[in-house]
Amino acid sequence: MDLNYSKDDLAFRDEVRAFLSEKLTKELSEKVRLGGDLTKDDMEGWHAILNAQGWLAPNWPKEYGGAEWNAVQRHIFDDECASAHAPRVVPFGLSMLAPVLQKFGNQQQKDHWLPRILSGEDWWCQGYSEPGAGSDLASLKTKALREGDHYVVNGQKTWTTFGQHANMIFCLVRTDSTVKQQAGISFLLIDMNTPGIEVRPIILLDGSAEVNEVWFTDVKVPVENLVGEENSGWTYAKYLLTHERTNIAGVGFSTAGLAAVKRIAKAEICGGKPLIRNPLFAARVAQVEIDLMAMSTTNLRIVSQAAAGGAPGVEASMLKVKGTIIRQEINDLARRAVGPYAMPFVSEAVEGSNEPLPDPHDAGPVAAQYFNNRKISIFGGSNEIQRGIIAKVKMGG
Amino acid sequence: MNFDLTDEHQMLQDSLRRFLKYSCNSETRNEVLNSETGITSDLWHAMAEMGVIGAFFTEEQGGFGGTGADIALIFEELGRANGVSPFLDSALLSGRILAAAGELDRVADLIGGDLQLALAHGEPTSRYDLNYVRTTAVNGTLNGRKAVVMNALASDVLIVSARTSGEVSDEDGISLYFVEKNAAGLTIQDYALIAGGHAGEVTLDNVEGSLIGEEGKGFALLKDAYAIATVAQCAETLGAMTTATELTQEYLVTRQQFGRPIATFQALAHRMADMLIEMEQARSAVIRAAGYFESDERTRDINIHAAKNLMGRAGRLISEESIQMHGGIAMTQEYELAHIAKRITMADHRFGDTDYHLERFIALTQS
Repeated sequence: MDLNYSKDDLAFRDEVRAFLSEKLTKELSEKVRLGGDLTKDDMEGWHAILNAQGWLAPNWPKEYGGAEWNAVQRHIFDDECASAHAPRVVPFGLSMLAPVLQKFGNQQQKDHWLPRILSGEDWWCQGYSEPGAGSDLASLKTKALREGDHYVVNGQKTWTTFGQHANMIFCLVRTDSTVKQQAGISFLLIDMNTPGIEVRPIILLDGSAEVNEVWFTDVKVPVENLVGEENSGWTYAKYLLTHERTNIAGVGFSTAGLAAVKRIAKAEICGGKPLIRNPLFAARVAQVEIDLMAMSTTNLRIVSQAAAGGAPGVEASMLKVKGTIIRQEINDLARRAVGPYAMPFVSEAVEGSNEPLPDPHDAGPVAAQYFNNRKISIFGGSNEIQRGIIAKVKMGG
Repeated sequence: MNFDLTDEHQMLQDSLRRFLKYSCNSETRNEVLNSETGITSDLWHAMAEMGVIGAFFTEEQGGFGGTGADIALIFEELGRANGVSPFLDSALLSGRILAAAGELDRVADLIGGDLQLALAHGEPTSRYDLNYVRTTAVNGTLNGRKAVVMNALASDVLIVSARTSGEVSDEDGISLYFVEKNAAGLTIQDYALIAGGHAGEVTLDNVEGSLIGEEGKGFALLKDAYAIATVAQCAETLGAMTTATELTQEYLVTRQQFGRPIATFQALAHRMADMLIEMEQARSAVIRAAGYFESDERTRDINIHAAKNLMGRAGRLISEESIQMHGGIAMTQEYELAHIAKRITMADHRFGDTDYHLERFIALTQS
């Protein structure tokens, strides 16, 4: 056992740092640090910079243009990106659809779609959840009926992140209603510009507009856009979810978030002393830091095992639960730390005003972030679903 | 011992609940959210007409109430209905300072619904400390900056605290002044608040003010007014928590997943049970803070600190669990719960947070 980074790891870390300091503009990193809504251009620009470096797809095999990094390298990269406040790479094409295509797509699909994900030609979004199918995803009702050389799709998807930017959506659709729910689902790739598709924004409680409803009315989809076998979509969906969970622990976000809390708490004065020296607040910070130190190592242990042999299974569920609890606790500390200045509503909607809102510690909209990040224990399989998986795998039944 | 409401209180609660249910809906809330100053005059005047503002003051002060129990009852109903209006800051907090200082003409205007006030006390580096005042007043001329002043832009007159003697954190030497909102040298940077309403950063550059009460003796007025405002804030949060809990309970028995209502999943049912247990604790904490308000200062303060600390903890549980058990729907602006959750959480940033009140509770009970 050796808990320290090897010489190669350290050299890699320096390489990542040099890259970030050269390529990540101050303007963009400040926007990320202060929780500003990134524009489509911001995200596409960063995507292109990573692609030019060959670092856009850390988990893809080299044959498809991936970096094929090991677990430690991926951890280092995520950690450095989070500390430098680099934008998060939009995961839908890169880490969700791509692994499915690589494993289950036909040659034509791989040749056509994979390069377009790297180049940024396609922006993918995810069509999974429906109003009546959240945690119970397999009960989804959006229908695809085969008519000659195409499917006709009718139904509604929801919580579609960045649906307003996407030109493509991968969807779970019902192709057989006569069998057990899981056995009648197919995996379709749909062009968002097809007639009959309507995207409606959902405004979230912090004022952000990143998720959408997507409505399908008699949408024609060519049969060659079916991935794998008809009615085998549930298998692909489950496979995709294991990939959605890489970097699920969010160690980098938490590390950066905790550093920000400490910075604020050193500057904020409470009863004549820096807040960080207030025993009650210091204890709150220390407890989260202790949890984060352990989770960071749990994350490395699990990811290393997965790299050696297969996708992470039940352990990914553990990382999701613990990781989101820690991140949300850090969001809670940040809003406590700024005191009364948590109350002003700092949002994109008011950013255009001439005067900047009061923010004495340059902390950004910490309360809005606290509220927005309530989502992380809900999406991608809620923490209740994850706990169910852990219990079921470990105890049977 | 008797925990029943008096007949009078029961009637007040019934009529308030009926009125607020009718007048506070998503339409009126959006109207407030989209307004320039964060208030609409309709609710304010209707409540004044019902005598609600008068119930914040004693008969000697021109009102017909003023006890902790009166105030807790009213603010619980406001919180329950998620009514956004500056009753707490403009009428109660500011009004009680004026009443205690003998400014009864202004109190009468307030009770009639014809006056909007704002208390400009906190400063950019005071956090929750009541004694911290850096703003100065020399011969009635004020200089300094006040932070997150609730209702500043909508107010007709501001009550501004300033130091006339002593060091920055001394309790002695704090004086209170009336400052007209359009006084020369006064600027307000107005902004919306995440939980509704507006506040502003107030800058005072050689502004003329007129003294309220005795010079240098403002701290006692502030402390008493903050005490009743904290009780009101706890009661309002209790009301909001009640609605959040009811919405969640209703959702759990209605929402179907895996072919059955999600309330039948024990993992959720037990958490709902925990929420209901905490609701009873929260209600008792508020009853104590309200009921002991007229006791000696130490008993009063111990129970207020206890209540605000407990509300901070229970409020966090109720707000976070309500969102989590609803799932995505609770994250949307369209759904009432999102607004209520913001209100519950942001209450922790008023009049001292969970830790602030824990420290003061320790200081009073373990010395």
